[in-house]
Amino acid sequence: MTAVPIAERMPRESAVSRMWLFVKRHVLTVYAILAFVYLMLPIAVVIAFSFNSPKGRFNYTWDGFTWNNWKNWDGVPGLRSAMVLSIEIALLASLIATALGTLIALALVRYRFRGRGATNLLIFLPLSTPEIVLGASLLTLFLNVTSAITFGFSTILIAHVMFCISFAVVTVKARLIGFDRHLEEAAMDLGANEWVTFRKVTLPLIAPAILAALLLCFAISIDDFVVTYFNAGPRITFPLFVWGAARVGAPPQVNVIGTTIFLVAVVAMVVNVLFQMRRERSAATT
Amino acid sequence: MGFLHRHQNLTPYLLLAPGLLYLGLFFVVPLGFLAYQSLESGSFDVGYAFTWAWGNYWDAIQNYRGHFIRSLEYAAIATLLALLFSYPLAYWIAFRGGRWKNLLLLFIVAPFFVTYLIRTLAWETILADQGLVVRVLRDVGILGHDGRLLATSTAVVAGITYNFFPFMALPVYVSLEQIDERLIEAAQDLYASRWKAFIRVTLPLSLPGVVAGTLLTFIPAAGDFINAQLLGSPKNHMIGNVIQSKFLELTDYPAAAAMSFVLMAAILLMVAVYARAVGTEKLTG
Repeated sequence: MTAVPIAERMPRESAVSRMWLFVKRHVLTVYAILAFVYLMLPIAVVIAFSFNSPKGRFNYTWDGFTWNNWKNWDGVPGLRSAMVLSIEIALLASLIATALGTLIALALVRYRFRGRGATNLLIFLPLSTPEIVLGASLLTLFLNVTSAITFGFSTILIAHVMFCISFAVVTVKARLIGFDRHLEEAAMDLGANEWVTFRKVTLPLIAPAILAALLLCFAISIDDFVVTYFNAGPRITFPLFVWGAARVGAPPQVNVIGTTIFLVAVVAMVVNVLFQMRRERSAATT
Repeated sequence: MGFLHRHQNLTPYLLLAPGLLYLGLFFVVPLGFLAYQSLESGSFDVGYAFTWAWGNYWDAIQNYRGHFIRSLEYAAIATLLALLFSYPLAYWIAFRGGRWKNLLLLFIVAPFFVTYLIRTLAWETILADQGLVVRVLRDVGILGHDGRLLATSTAVVAGITYNFFPFMALPVYVSLEQIDERLIEAAQDLYASRWKAFIRVTLPLSLPGVVAGTLLTFIPAAGDFINAQLLGSPKNHMIGNVIQSKFLELTDYPAAAAMSFVLMAAILLMVAVYARAVGTEKLTG
């Protein structure tokens, strides 16, 4: 009679100890998986609750599945215009900031000049200033020149370009450092002038860096709350809309937009990474 | 272009001019305005006048000492937690990631493409009183019967830790990834245990990343007010909450401006103390 439970217990125990051995050998891997779960948990909640049909005003408890929030993504007054404003600002700000930032990066990597240290400092400072101080200081500037400027689109754009420039410089600079200048010299030796060399040789080579800077600036701009909150005046961007909505209960449509932005960013990044991997592999075979 | 040829040494300045002018006009000049405003006195209704009102700074420190200390405390704890959580993960990706490294890194970055506020609201859902986390913690007795996570300092620190995670993880990863693995093998060949090789070789070589990550996390965290607003109660409010409400709700500009500078000074002080502790040569790389 006793033999049966023992026989039953034995393999189970060894399974446990085998699992323990596995865990011991792969502690770090197990930890990494748990860490990824931790990082993804809120995102899973955001996505799940975009399919929720909340009974009350608050989208905090699960009340049943529905597609309606996705079908009626702009069923909440003000959401569409906030989204449009955010995209307009992000497009313009990333274009302007990347243009300005690329020029600065070119100067920093290519040339030795007086004031290099000061330039590096001026690029670094906005990155290491708390956002609230960036927002507050711009607000005091605008308040003091109210006759020349009205709060709204222009003040938001000015603010976004300001905090994006440094990110653009850092991104482009990182890629420019490995750049082979001999290619440009070769073009010049073959009779191309500086502008033609820049257009035909330099620009195509640094295009991936510029694209990376554009995407980063776009992502930072569309996500910004603090600086925008200080300088938006009456206009409402998507993060400001979420802030306002959160006080009275954010509608599930907010999750729909959040999920969409997330998916677009992830697809863009995965494509970029896969391209990189393919390029590395083809570089390794040739 | 002939002009550029003749004045080669002008080219860098021409490239820099537009961007630096922009930063000068909309980053440096505003800081000047903020400084000017911080020394004004008066009120929104009667108008402000510049009076070298150094008392604003004294009042800021005197009246909001608790908020300042809390901000630095929360930021420091969150930075430490982010470091402890992200180091093993960055290590795993750098040394075990193989050719999937870049894809794995993407998993670290991806969550942060969900709007900051939405991410924080998701934590509000997760930590809510009816939520699973609170229920489990109540059942196992870590939280009392009516114990809460929301509206506590734990929730605020947890939110900050999560929200600034990649600022820590990415620099740590970069410095770990650059380590020549042969150095670690050499240490082990010389009879260092794996643990000892880590302490004596890997950890010191990854310090630049740790230092960079610490600064990138601590500085924005100390000025944050979103986590305290959404996950905390007024008892957990940080100095960012005060600055924000004084600027945008109470229109007490001089006080808010003075507080902004006290915050910057406090951050600089902490960074200086930290730099002293780890050694300045590591800060500058």
